[in-house]
Amino acid sequence: MGTTTCYDQDLVNLEATELRLGLPGRHQPRDNHPMKASTSSNKRSLDETRGEDEEEDVEGGAKVAFSKAQIVGWPPIRSFRKNITVHPKSKMGREESSSSSEASGIYLKVSMDGAPYLRKIHLGSYKGYDQLLAALQTMFRITIGQYSEREGYEGSEYAPTYEDKDGDWMLVGDVPWEMFVTTCKRLRIMKGAEARGLGCGI
Amino acid sequence: MGFGSIPSWEIMNYFPEEVVEHVFGFVSSHKDRNAISLVCKSWHRIERNSRASVLVANCYSITPDRVICRFPALRSLTLKGKPHFADFNLVPNDWGGHVYPWIDALARGRVNLEDLRLKRMVVTDQGLDLISKAFGNFKSLVLVSCDGFSTDGLAAIAANCRHLRELDLQESEVEDHRGQWLSCFPESCTSLVTLNFACLKGDVSLAALERLIARSPNLRSLRMNQSVPAKALERILASSPRLLDLGIGSFLHDPDVESFTKLQDRIQRCNSIRSLSGFLEVNPLCLPAIHPICSNLTYLNLSYAAMIHGSELIKIIRNCNKLEKLWILDNIGDSGLGIVASCCKELQELRVFPSDPDGFGTGVTEEGLVAISIGCPKLNSILYFCQQMTNAALITVAKNSPNFIRFRLCILDPTKPDAVTMEPLDEGFGAIVRSCRNIRRLSLSGLLTDKVFFYIGMYAENVEMLSVAFAGDSDKAMVSILNGCKKLRKLEIMDSPFGDSALLTGVRKYETMRSLWMSSCDVTLAGCKALAREMPRLNVEIIHEDPHRMEGDDSDGHKVEKMFLYRSLVGPRSDAPEFVSTL
Repeated sequence: MGTTTCYDQDLVNLEATELRLGLPGRHQPRDNHPMKASTSSNKRSLDETRGEDEEEDVEGGAKVAFSKAQIVGWPPIRSFRKNITVHPKSKMGREESSSSSEASGIYLKVSMDGAPYLRKIHLGSYKGYDQLLAALQTMFRITIGQYSEREGYEGSEYAPTYEDKDGDWMLVGDVPWEMFVTTCKRLRIMKGAEARGLGCGI
Repeated sequence: MGFGSIPSWEIMNYFPEEVVEHVFGFVSSHKDRNAISLVCKSWHRIERNSRASVLVANCYSITPDRVICRFPALRSLTLKGKPHFADFNLVPNDWGGHVYPWIDALARGRVNLEDLRLKRMVVTDQGLDLISKAFGNFKSLVLVSCDGFSTDGLAAIAANCRHLRELDLQESEVEDHRGQWLSCFPESCTSLVTLNFACLKGDVSLAALERLIARSPNLRSLRMNQSVPAKALERILASSPRLLDLGIGSFLHDPDVESFTKLQDRIQRCNSIRSLSGFLEVNPLCLPAIHPICSNLTYLNLSYAAMIHGSELIKIIRNCNKLEKLWILDNIGDSGLGIVASCCKELQELRVFPSDPDGFGTGVTEEGLVAISIGCPKLNSILYFCQQMTNAALITVAKNSPNFIRFRLCILDPTKPDAVTMEPLDEGFGAIVRSCRNIRRLSLSGLLTDKVFFYIGMYAENVEMLSVAFAGDSDKAMVSILNGCKKLRKLEIMDSPFGDSALLTGVRKYETMRSLWMSSCDVTLAGCKALAREMPRLNVEIIHEDPHRMEGDDSDGHKVEKMFLYRSLVGPRSDAPEFVSTL
């Protein structure tokens, strides 16, 4: 799936590929139906959904609205299928920590300092740190360098970090892979001085 | 062929009615029984007096009283309510599909109801309570994709249905009051054969469940929800040694403890299990415990098991040589599908669901589909959510797998062209319908022009259900379908540029069909009104988006957001909510 390179292009493409309620290739001002289909589809109150619609409706808005995800009725799967992968435990609300990874079933966001858009990766598709770092380096076209316990990613301009379950930002590579996979919530590739700072004196 | 001078069609008249009725007893399919009833008056009479099982595929096409009147021997009723697209949130919750009036009529009519099977209907606790009290021989309740009820209703069923064999809540939305509904099964209830509560979100009483299973020697199908811990599995499986179908909600265990070894042994001895599903939560390290039973499986559903992937998933698949039906998430990847193709030679049905519905992540592509079509010669049914597709792949698949009965392709980006040539996917789907002449159900996606509809109209003679989204350029497309597909029963269209002229082309056809759904298309109120005027035995329902709209706001030229029309013998329904108008 492609991602756009900047907000301007997004806006141009948004119109051309508008997939929500308009027909493909045609711009349809649906002024006779101020409420969009999404409002009728769920149990939320009208006011709540109206707010959401207006946000997405604003043509000049800066929201990089991943409107594909907002098309009502598409993809044609039942709602509980949509919930299962993203929040495997939230339905039960159980905090039971398990040796199975909450993260391994979902995609994690990866941000890089200076990059205008985030990426998503599936942690479960990597067997270990080597594969993960290789993938990140390919994805962002950077070199991260070798990990060492002492120096972190010394010598590199970039340091891969992750946010763990407690909300702390940790250096990637310190803990065993299996543990990392279960505790990692999102990734951030730090750049420059901040990155180098991690390696020393902590 | 006849006997001497007696033509064959008259032979049946020489038999007493009891014999004819006995012969009819061997005919069970609804289609065949319907055909029998049309042969002559006496057959109609004999058939209707002996029909025990009735299917009303659209609950609004007829009233309960007329069904009860026509079929005095009614014991088993199947009802379907909301349009198919209700599954995808396109139909407002209060649209309809209420089953209570049916239950009420059946109770008043003193029908000896034993089985009730509902799909996409609104069931209420009141209705469940009435079922449990009105029908002394009630045996089987199957609720597929239903909603509107809570565990209190289940408690009533459990408590009062003394001969209950089957309680199956497939993918229904149940308000969970976390009560003790399972405990409501009396100690005297020992008749359970099927118990499926996998969709329930709340806790169930584990002790009650274990006791219930222990006193149900006929239990063959058990699907549990996430609240049943893996630790309880050993005892449960020990009590139900002849299970055929098992759904494990939670498989979180510690592989290092002794109790896990015990569970592993127990599972290994479950060699009657043919069908396995669930695994909403899983510790992948525990999965090897199920490998020993994989080789017996004919049906494996891991489409909710987001935590099983990569090498663990492959190890399971490799063991499943007898698999006929596989439901999986797309994180299996093309390479994983390649392994399915090499290991599962008996595969008939494959469903690949998206693990990330937003479309990010790798998923599967045309490669996986081609691999399956090459490796699995018995493949006849597919539902495939993928990142991309190509005409070349579809043409290959058409050649390898001419036996498709169901072919549903869903490219996550709905207007995506051929990933290699950037052309529309018309030729690919065209090849599919040309080669697979037995296709009964077809769903299209990707960039598609009028051409694909021309192909479908020309070649898809047996298609009964067609689903279209974001496809076609003009009315010609829909007209091709309406003129071509002689056996079409259900047509559902979203976000496609078909307008009044196309709609009105099908004026005569819609009475031969069960229903037509059109949303976000170009049909206007004027067109719908014209259609309704012409065909009084069609209910043309307009579902209004804005519940606050004023009457008279809609001029006839306004585009209709959602229209659902269906044939009915009883006119507009009386329970339509205010946002639905029947023209």
